[in-house]
Amino acid sequence: MAIEKFQKLLSTAVPLPIENVDTDQIIPARFLKATTREGFGENLFRDWKFDKAGNPREDFVLNNDKYHGSILVAGKNFGSGSSREHAAWAIYDYGFRAVVSSFFADIFKNNSLNNGLLPVQVTDSFLAGLFKEIEGDPNTRIEINLIEQVIRIPAKDISEKFDINPYKKECLLNGYTDIDYLISIMDRIEEFERNRT
Amino acid sequence: MAGKTLFDKVWDAHVVQEIPKGPGVVYIDKHLIHEVTSPQAFAGLDARGLKVFRPRNTVATVDHNVPTVNQELSIKDELSRFQVNKLSENCRNHGVDLYGLNHPYQGIVHVIGPELGITQPGMTIVCGDSHTSTHGAFGSVAFGIGTSEVEMVLATQCILQPKPKKMRINIEGKLHKGVRAKDIILYIISRISTSGGTGYFIEYAGSAIRSLSMEGRMTICNMSIESGARGGLIAPDEVTYDYLRGREFAPSGTDFDKAVEQWEALKNDPDAVFDKELHFAAEDIRPMITYGTNPGMGTMIRGSIPGEEELEIESINSFRKSMQYMDFRPGAKIEGTPVDYVFVGSCTNGRIEDLREFANFVKGKKRASNITAWIVPGSKQVEKQALEEGLDKVLEAAGFELRQPGCSACLAMNDDKIPEGKLAVSTSNRNFEGRQGPGSRTMLVSPLTAAAVAVTGKVTDPSEMI
Ligand code: SF4
Repeated sequence: MAIEKFQKLLSTAVPLPIENVDTDQIIPARFLKATTREGFGENLFRDWKFDKAGNPREDFVLNNDKYHGSILVAGKNFGSGSSREHAAWAIYDYGFRAVVSSFFADIFKNNSLNNGLLPVQVTDSFLAGLFKEIEGDPNTRIEINLIEQVIRIPAKDISEKFDINPYKKECLLNGYTDIDYLISIMDRIEEFERNRT
Repeated sequence: MAGKTLFDKVWDAHVVQEIPKGPGVVYIDKHLIHEVTSPQAFAGLDARGLKVFRPRNTVATVDHNVPTVNQELSIKDELSRFQVNKLSENCRNHGVDLYGLNHPYQGIVHVIGPELGITQPGMTIVCGDSHTSTHGAFGSVAFGIGTSEVEMVLATQCILQPKPKKMRINIEGKLHKGVRAKDIILYIISRISTSGGTGYFIEYAGSAIRSLSMEGRMTICNMSIESGARGGLIAPDEVTYDYLRGREFAPSGTDFDKAVEQWEALKNDPDAVFDKELHFAAEDIRPMITYGTNPGMGTMIRGSIPGEEELEIESINSFRKSMQYMDFRPGAKIEGTPVDYVFVGSCTNGRIEDLREFANFVKGKKRASNITAWIVPGSKQVEKQALEEGLDKVLEAAGFELRQPGCSACLAMNDDKIPEGKLAVSTSNRNFEGRQGPGSRTMLVSPLTAAAVAVTGKVTDPSEMI
């Protein structure tokens, strides 16, 4: 499966200033019974979004019309816990293309990159600044430029560089996936197997 | 050049190729799969018209979705049944061995790998499940992966991974009475937080770790992921070899002795360097319990929930949310809190030693009337052994019942859901909001503490009762 190319994104953002958001919150286990990758967006943050009677919880940000856009800005240590890739699928399926936080859990980060969802790791102070700007004006537009590895608020001239593995950057810019690469080196893998025994 | 750590030795021996400025191509010896994170991977393979590259290196079982009563009957829940059947179909089409429902080897992936001798020192092991770290207890490099990576391993027996940094956590000294492996790992996570291990592979070392059984070591490595670490491992020794000898898929006869010779090399070079090293004293550890909604929010059972003044400012939002969810007050004492449910099981504490511990404790006592208890063996083999040892009779006499193997209330994908608002004491590994069922409240403990709670009906330090 190829992934969508990611080069530059300009969008408003949805703020979720909570730390340690685990993948059980992103997509609760009872929604993992599907056998395809589609449709998880509907249940993104299900138990934060709806109460037990199925009514929307007014105080949850995804139920607040003020906020929208394809960037999710979240508190520190986002995506911890279960390795379920369904979390990345749900965020992507909902319409987000990038998640900004000051710290990501490893497996979540890998899973996101494998699905064309860009995790942008910023400093704590930059993150605090982003929350302030977005909450001050929900129409604040944020630009994420993968080519230059820069995240900025154009209207305010606030910006920061972010890191990404050069290989992963290539993959995202071009829509390549790891599996294509691995399949292209099958001869090398078989040679490795022969040399081991 | 500095010497190699145990982790380096295993990792480096499996690197097929390095991508300049990129991750390494890592060869995987054993791949474990289950019904929840594999269907999309097989679908991807089928879409490319590929077959599983090395079907012998993949082993499948069903665990997450299965009922823990009446397993002989067909699964009632339609979606669960479909997912379980899908795995059978995929395994059949691709020639992968499946230990399905009612097979004598069925069980939680991380319980069956070790008990069948599939897990061995020096191997690379992956599974689409974060608690794959469990297998590190044997001195293997084992870690959880996502479904896209499951597809890669099925197709090529390799994945692309940046090499993690290395941390060593040393626990020296003698453990207090009533302190178990679970308490050690809950203690570590409470000290380093749920992100303290991110980016690292952790080696656990020191006399307190050496003194643990294989079951205890697995409990420690299992919860490495709860500190954010990719995995954890412990150097193999006599305890490891004794555990493996005679297991179904372990080498046998002279092959076993030859294997041990190789496994003996799996230790740190004297001049090996770690990126980070931490030391804890075994004497400082007491029976532990979590009070919040992530595994780092833990304290001594005899202790109290921290007050807000003890926290860092940025953590206040999460802490308050957590207190509200748990219906606990900052600064409150924990011991004596009335409990509704006790869950014993999971890949953290669903092994025979855990069931024995629970049974021994409740022997001759009675279940507290306010407690509903679910005792769930981690596998068919564990269940069989428990029956052979008569643990089911001991449990029954004390008012408990042994269920059938699976993940059960650890993640509540089957019917074993803790009802909304109820407080559960659980031997599993995650206390996230709703983890054990929507609205459920979880406190993580050792099987020994779970037993004490099951007979007293409230949060209890087991130390004085043994
Ligand atoms: S027992 Fe719990 S943690 Fe372990 S594999 Fe099953 S669901 Fe995951």
